[in-house]
This record gives sequence, C-alpha cells and structure tokens, in this order.
Amino acid sequence: MSKVGIIGYGITPFTKKDQKIESVLLDSARQLFRNNSQINREDVDAVLVSTNNNSKYLSPILSEMTGIQPKISHSVESLCNSGTNSIVSAYSYIASGLANMVLVTGAERYDSPGQILQWDNSRGEFKHPIFWASIFTKSYKREFSISDEQLAIVSVKNHKQAKENPNALSNKTYTVDDVMNSKKLTEDLRLLDCSRPCTGSASIIMASEEKAKQLTDEPIWITGIGQKTTSAGFTKNTSFSTMESTKLASQTALEMSKKNSKDIDVAEIHDAFSVCEPMALESMGFTAEGKGTDMVNELHSTNNFKINPRGGLIGTGHPLGATGIAQTIEIVQQLQSNAGKRQVDDPNVGLVHNMSAAATSSTVLVLEK
Amino acid sequence: MNFESKLTKGEFCIPECIKCKKIVWPPSEFCNSCFGDVVLKEGPFMGKILEFSSQNQQNFCLVEFENTIRIMAKILKKPKLGQAVKISKCGISDGSYFFEVI
Repeated sequence: MSKVGIIGYGITPFTKKDQKIESVLLDSARQLFRNNSQINREDVDAVLVSTNNNSKYLSPILSEMTGIQPKISHSVESLCNSGTNSIVSAYSYIASGLANMVLVTGAERYDSPGQILQWDNSRGEFKHPIFWASIFTKSYKREFSISDEQLAIVSVKNHKQAKENPNALSNKTYTVDDVMNSKKLTEDLRLLDCSRPCTGSASIIMASEEKAKQLTDEPIWITGIGQKTTSAGFTKNTSFSTMESTKLASQTALEMSKKNSKDIDVAEIHDAFSVCEPMALESMGFTAEGKGTDMVNELHSTNNFKINPRGGLIGTGHPLGATGIAQTIEIVQQLQSNAGKRQVDDPNVGLVHNMSAAATSSTVLVLEK
Repeated sequence: MNFESKLTKGEFCIPECIKCKKIVWPPSEFCNSCFGDVVLKEGPFMGKILEFSSQNQQNFCLVEFENTIRIMAKILKKPKLGQAVKISKCGISDGSYFFEVI
C-alpha cells in the first residue's frame, strides 16, 4: 500500500464566535493555502468536510469558495470523532489511488447539534454528555479507588498546557482547589472537568508519497490507523471504567505501524471530561489499569507536555468536527519541531486518539516523521 | 402494538425475537441477530443497579434487566450498587424515553 502523508495545515483560534459555518470552514482552509503556496489547488482531487452542522452540501460549498473542482466531495459525520473519520476516508482515497491529494476541513459552531445524541433513548431523560461522564467517573473512582482531587489534576495540567496554545479557548491556569470548587454539575462532575463546545476550524492536506515528496521536505506520514465502533448507545458499553473501543482501535493502529505504546513520544488524547484521559491512557497501554491518574500527576509535576500538549479538549475547547483534525495538526507540529513553547523533546512518533459518544466509537492514528 | 406504543401507556416491555429468543435492545421491529420478528414480553421485571450518581439532589442510575437491557433511570431514594429495582414510571416525553425505578 502506498504511503500517505500530511503536507500542510491551517487552523483557527477556538472561540465562542457566532459565525456562519461556511465562514468557519473557509477560515482554516484559506490559511492552509496561504501558508502553502506550493500546493496547486487544481491538483486537489477530493475535498472532505467534517462537521455535525445541519447545513447541507458543505463540501461542494467549501470547494467553490476555495476555487477547487474536486473529483470527490462530501461531508463526514460521526459526532466527536468526525475529524479523524474524515482523515481515514482521505487516507483510503489516496491509498486506493482514487486521489493523489485531499483537503480535509473540520468545522463546528459552539451550538453544534452533535453534542446530544437524540437517538440514544436507553439514556432516558439523561441524554446530555455530563450524565455518561458522571457514570464513567463514578465507576472509575469506585473501581480503582481514585479521588476527585486526583482526577482534577487532568484539568489543571491541560489548562496549563493550553496557556501555551494561542488557538486555545482557555488561557487561564487553575489549581486543584479551583477545579474542586468550580460549579458542581453532578455529584461526580464539576464544570472544570468538562471540555466546552466552541466555534473553530482546522484543515489538513494529505497526499500520496510521490506528491508529498514533491511538495514538502517534511511530510508527516500516517503509519497506523485503528478504528472500532462497539455500539451507538452508551449503555451498551461493556465497562464503564475502561474504553473497549479505544483499546481495540489502538491495538490495530499500533500493529499497523509496527509500534507499541512505549514508542509513542507525544499523544493527543480525547479528554472530553477529566476521567477520559486516564481511562484512555490505560486502555491504550500507556500505563496499567487504575494508574492513569498517577501518570497524569507525574507528567504535570515534571512539566512534561507529552500527553495533550495543546491543552486537550478541556483546555483547547471542543468544536466537534474540527477536534480530530486539530489534534492531528498538533502532532504534525510536534513532529516537525514547530510547536513553540509546547514542544516535546525531539519526538519521532506521535499518536492521536479521538472518540465519540462515551467511547462507543474510537479512532487512533499513529504519525511519524 | 410496538414497544413505543406500550411505553407511551406507561408499560415497559422487553422485546424478544420469536425465532432465536434473543432480547432485542434498543427496541426494534426486527432481531438484530437473525432478523426474525420481535414480540414484547410484559413485566414487571426486576433490574439491578450497576452505577449511579446525582444532580441537584436527584438520583439517577444505570439499571440492567435480564442481563442485557440497560437504561438510565431516576430513583427517588439514595441508590445502592447491585440494588434490585423495578420500573415504577416510564413513558415518552418530547421524543425521549423516561424511566423511574424503585
């Protein structure tokens, strides 16, 4: 199978702006082409749009607004992991030979309809994500004797790291006490434990090996892809203290890239809520079950930005359709040693973990220089 | 009568495949294993609390029935892990199911 690389990107600040989705989409794509003038838009074979917005025909609209007449253009929607799903689709088009170069743009507004999965009636009247997150949190704390204060360090760490990210929604730092004293949403969840919906956009351009080598000296290769959907409904999860789909997706991605979790130098983890970060770290084999908060605490106390350098979803904000693409851009920047004050020491291998609807579906990507 | 028609009347039924006897959840007209027709088993059914939390003094819990069906439900008294419960109220409001257990 031919190699597929990422050869350029564009990203907007994540904000609470009330802006038309079409304009949000265009912002990061325009930045991408402005910063990569060597890319000829006539050579873009496919345009994929990742969003949960209800507006129609967004990919042809983005194509027209960017002066592209692609062979393939369509939207991809899979709630919170729409972004990495669209990257996997782009990869498939290139690897199969259907396309040589693909623009992938994700965008969302702060009021995205993707925040609540109306279909999942097994949640009864408790459809807002804070309820599955509360069940995960209670179950994780019970299973591994973890305190709220230990979980609060996830939020403290990721807000600290987001402060070094000029595109992040948050630019404040918080203490464990601040997190503990933030508004109590449920018995097990506080406001600062939660990522916040926002408006934002992220674009990448992906290319075949031949095209990538023609157009850039530093392509970042996608060497591993793993995806798993175990169900759509939250209550079908087999465990509420581990993430089965994440475990299976990461095994597939690492196997494809011939790596293991010890080889990963930097990772973007889908911390929709504080508890998700240690759960995901454990499910992907970064640490033993129940030891995720110890790992987070050690990273925080040593100021090591290895996990969620851009500030995670908690610090950066969560514009659903853009999130997986923004996570991928962060790993690209890290591997190109272009991440400014967030830079991890000389990384060679990075990982992206992006999931949907209480980890019922996960995507894991492995990226390399 | 289908699952939602029964639920609207406040009756919680368990959908089961006529052919392979599998419990079909979420409710559907067909079995997701063999695509056989589904019948509704009538309750009451005893469930078990798997996990719980609360919001503004209102308890909510994750309940499992027949080792298969899981729902999120209200519960008035402080729940306990593994507690046996049954549905005391259920229905559909604004397109969403709701359940209460005791």
